[in-house]
Amino acid sequence: MADYGTLRVKTGLAEMLKGGVIMDVVDAEQAQIAEDAGACAVMALERVPADIRAEGGVARMSDPQRIKEIQATVSIPVMAKCRIGHFVEAQILQELEIDYIDESEVLTPADVEHHVDKWGFTVPFVCGATNLGEALRRISEGAAMIRTKGEAGTGDIVNAVTHMRAVFGSIRALQTLRDDELYAAAKEHRAPYELVRWVAEAGRLPVVTFTAGGIATPADASLCMQLGADGVFVGSGIFKSGRDLLVDRDGWIEDVSRRARAIVEATTHFDDPKVLADVSTGLGQPMVGISASSLPEDERLEVRGW
Amino acid sequence: MHRPLRIGVLALQGAFREHAVALRRLGAEVTEVRLPGDLEGLDGLVIPGGESTTIMHLAQLYGLDEAIRGYQGPILGTCAGMIVLDRKHLGLADLNVDRNAFGRQVKSFEADVALAGDDRPLRGVFIRAPRIRGLGDDVEVLGVLAGEPVLVRDGRLLLASFHPELTDDPRVHERFLAMIEEAAHVRA
Repeated sequence: MADYGTLRVKTGLAEMLKGGVIMDVVDAEQAQIAEDAGACAVMALERVPADIRAEGGVARMSDPQRIKEIQATVSIPVMAKCRIGHFVEAQILQELEIDYIDESEVLTPADVEHHVDKWGFTVPFVCGATNLGEALRRISEGAAMIRTKGEAGTGDIVNAVTHMRAVFGSIRALQTLRDDELYAAAKEHRAPYELVRWVAEAGRLPVVTFTAGGIATPADASLCMQLGADGVFVGSGIFKSGRDLLVDRDGWIEDVSRRARAIVEATTHFDDPKVLADVSTGLGQPMVGISASSLPEDERLEVRGW
Repeated sequence: MHRPLRIGVLALQGAFREHAVALRRLGAEVTEVRLPGDLEGLDGLVIPGGESTTIMHLAQLYGLDEAIRGYQGPILGTCAGMIVLDRKHLGLADLNVDRNAFGRQVKSFEADVALAGDDRPLRGVFIRAPRIRGLGDDVEVLGVLAGEPVLVRDGRLLLASFHPELTDDPRVHERFLAMIEEAAHVRA
């Protein structure tokens, strides 16, 4: 008898994505560019984070029409975002046979207290986290993959680095504790004791851990990999770079394709400085970006998630 | 006791670390293969699961596709690794593979695989799994699921449409190491 939607099947797909780059795309054309560049999956969303930031308003799940077009265009896994706590958007995405749902702080939260109960779904979920406790709370709700958040749509890597160091540093700190000290640690991290003990023994999260938020260059991708990420998500960093899309469309396609390929190569050869130097050369205009520290508190996306 | 077997695991993208863990548990020495030069001195090569389009793309960039075509030793290919070796890609395995033939992730599953000459079933994890089609005459079927081949051997190649690296059952990796020992014995 075949068993569907088991934890091993859900985490298994994330295992297959490791060492890869998952690219945010808004339509089939971008999805094709991403697949051709070597992306291991694409993330369908209504607007990339930089545009959500610029335009404001409520950011929601992508239109199923767009998602179907993307699914019909590429053969790599197609992920899509739902709002935090919006279990109906998640039900719709499962019905569309999305390969992974990202319950994402980049979209406007639908619930300020509860996340989706992810155990009830056959489709696996990835969730964002800024620290170990948040990651373990998401895993206890059924997340089969974690991405450290960073500050999406800025092109500034600083918060991604902060969150990775927080998660991986806390794991190392747990490993130094005596068994009887883990109960207090669980309370401090506001996470289930069993998960805290598992992490202390294994020295890692029980699920694959990618990094997201602010990756704009091959060097940024390698930095994340060298700090311990299993792979990277790139959002605005690719399709918001290069020549002006409205002025020089072919030039834009050439620039974003080259940057996408370079980030894929930098993620695979993350510890080979020669490859990194080669692929970083002559990439054209990167995403302009916003310094994450200049953002007012109410414009920061990373603080969403409870 | 002679030296441990040295196995390379193609580490461009995918579940290469899990293969390394499984092989080390069986006493092999494991190195990661990212560039053609990394193939030198290996007793065997593993091409892991991952995204086959990504793995092929990265292999072509650094000439690893040609280097693997020229590699003469035993190869274990799982899922995407099997796709990469089929007639349409590197052309080393005498079979065709249909990608994602069971459907998208919601159709991914685990199930018991019946092994030839072994009463104990093997738990197979099938992730957006491919289906093996058009087996060549010399391809031996070693594992079946609902009458379909899911583990096969084509000479020095051992190919699985599922992921033995995601379970603790060592039998597929054991068989691969035994194939290498056998090949070395024939040469010696």
